[in-house]
Amino acid sequence: MGNLQLQNLTIGYNTREVISNLSLTVKDGEILSLLGPSGVGKTTLLKTIAGLTSPISGHVFIDNKDVTRFPADKRDTVLLFQKPLLFPFLTVFDNIGFGLKMKKLGAKKIGNKCEAVMELTDIANLGAKKVNELSGGQQQRVALARALVLEPSILLLDEPFSSLDADLRQKMQTLIHTLQQETGTTMLFVTHDQSEAFSISDSIALLIDGKILQIDTPEKLFTSPKSAKVAQFFGNPNIISGCIKGGILCSQELSIPVDHPDTTEITAIIRPENISLSKTRIPQSSAATVLHKRFEGTLTRLTVELGSKTLSVLSLSPDFHPGQKVWVTLPPEKIHTF
Amino acid sequence: MTKITRAPLFLLLLILFMVSLPFVPLLLWSMSEQWFYPGILPQKFGLRAWHYVFSTTGEQIVNGLSASFAVALATSLTSLLLGIPAGRVLGLYNFRWKRTISLILLLPIVVPPLSTSMGLHFWFLQLGLTETFVGVVLVHLTFCLPYTIFVLWGVFSDFNPDFEAQARSLGATPLQTLLQVTLPMILPGVTVAALFSFLLSWSQYLCTLIIGGGKILTLPILLFSLMDAGDRPVASAVSLVFIIPVVLVLLASAHNLGRHGFKGIR
Repeated sequence: MGNLQLQNLTIGYNTREVISNLSLTVKDGEILSLLGPSGVGKTTLLKTIAGLTSPISGHVFIDNKDVTRFPADKRDTVLLFQKPLLFPFLTVFDNIGFGLKMKKLGAKKIGNKCEAVMELTDIANLGAKKVNELSGGQQQRVALARALVLEPSILLLDEPFSSLDADLRQKMQTLIHTLQQETGTTMLFVTHDQSEAFSISDSIALLIDGKILQIDTPEKLFTSPKSAKVAQFFGNPNIISGCIKGGILCSQELSIPVDHPDTTEITAIIRPENISLSKTRIPQSSAATVLHKRFEGTLTRLTVELGSKTLSVLSLSPDFHPGQKVWVTLPPEKIHTF
Repeated sequence: MTKITRAPLFLLLLILFMVSLPFVPLLLWSMSEQWFYPGILPQKFGLRAWHYVFSTTGEQIVNGLSASFAVALATSLTSLLLGIPAGRVLGLYNFRWKRTISLILLLPIVVPPLSTSMGLHFWFLQLGLTETFVGVVLVHLTFCLPYTIFVLWGVFSDFNPDFEAQARSLGATPLQTLLQVTLPMILPGVTVAALFSFLLSWSQYLCTLIIGGGKILTLPILLFSLMDAGDRPVASAVSLVFIIPVVLVLLASAHNLGRHGFKGIR
């Protein structure tokens, strides 16, 4: 339980800045995901919040207290690394109790707390095991238990499930969600995996090129991105640039009615799955030709040529083939303008 | 199944045999009263040499043992104290002149000990370090420290400092992290390095003689003087006495060497 506030935080390696002037608030009891491509300094940011590295400038507040100059062991945060980093010379039980032992708690109290958290993370029967006898998923659970047993105000998670296979990862995501609901721990979750961010978080902050481009709920971030850059991060939508005259968006051969005041220059996007294709002519549709087809399982990805413009379309039906003439409909309500 | 289990046993016996072979003549010599060519075994057995070692020179040998032990212990502890931080920096970080520094560290091993000791002797004279315990430890360090650093360099290139960061984030103070996380993780490597230093220091003769000037009488110095006297049975007996503490040290550290989970989980 606790809130986290970053104020104009600038961090970097040596003298090279990787994140500049970042401000962010994580509300009490919320899971916020920091989503961004690899190598933008997400790990360094978490280490800064945990007190393992110092920022170049700016402040970190935990529960409205400035902890920027506090050493790591004096901060009420626990960082969960990408690797489980279980101490190989200790048993599972001693690993989980490590933090409590450092706080010099009595053996009985440590035992009770550890047992409770092991129950919670579903590893109650592993206590006596050695670390190298555990599977990858079990190791991550132990690492999670070792962090949760300290009941930190803020739990910082650095892509802790990226090394697990898809099935296990999903289970861990569910576990994190349940644990969050049960313990109410505030969590800052760093990931480059958008589906992970979508499924786990209350809100997502999109971090690109050292700046936060948008903070929103997963749905809002996906359906109403604030800029083309944000939209592009979530699966290459079609970008239409043109003008609006009398409520009609005109871009080369396209003319689509939209709910937007007239302007001479505008960028709009429409997601591939929102475009519908038909083999016969229907009202409000334009003629196009299929260029490429790629079968992707549930959906089929098609590239269609509409005059001089190409659009990417995701269709539920695989019954199209290159060279085929089709009718394309772009529903006006699915067009998002900036 | 039996064939598979028998093969390692045979190998083990073979290794044991080969390792102990050089000690057989030593043992025989130490217990002989008369051994002339062409006899394969001594013509006359007796415990004169052992008696001599334990009674006549007994006090000398005990003093030699304790001097050797003190020097070797001080040397290996000091080389660990200096070698652990050095090995950590070399193993974990990249910096300018790293190659040059590693070359300089190799120098004392490459340059003949005689030259190093002679050069240092001249300098130690001016500093008043000759014929002192500290001086002998210092000259032993010139040979032991490079080995220690190279062993620990290897240990730390395999060490993931994130383990320390994790411990810190779990609420461990820097001291707790060092004692309860870093040390247990590097312990096997530290043991190897300490053993190396100890054994190297234990068997130094030339530099001890030059810097110690006959005042610091370690076991090798005693051994040489006994050998000089031409009494082979006594020299053999002293050689065996010389080996025993080393074997004990090795056995004592075997526990740490064979420890599991040295590398952690990656």
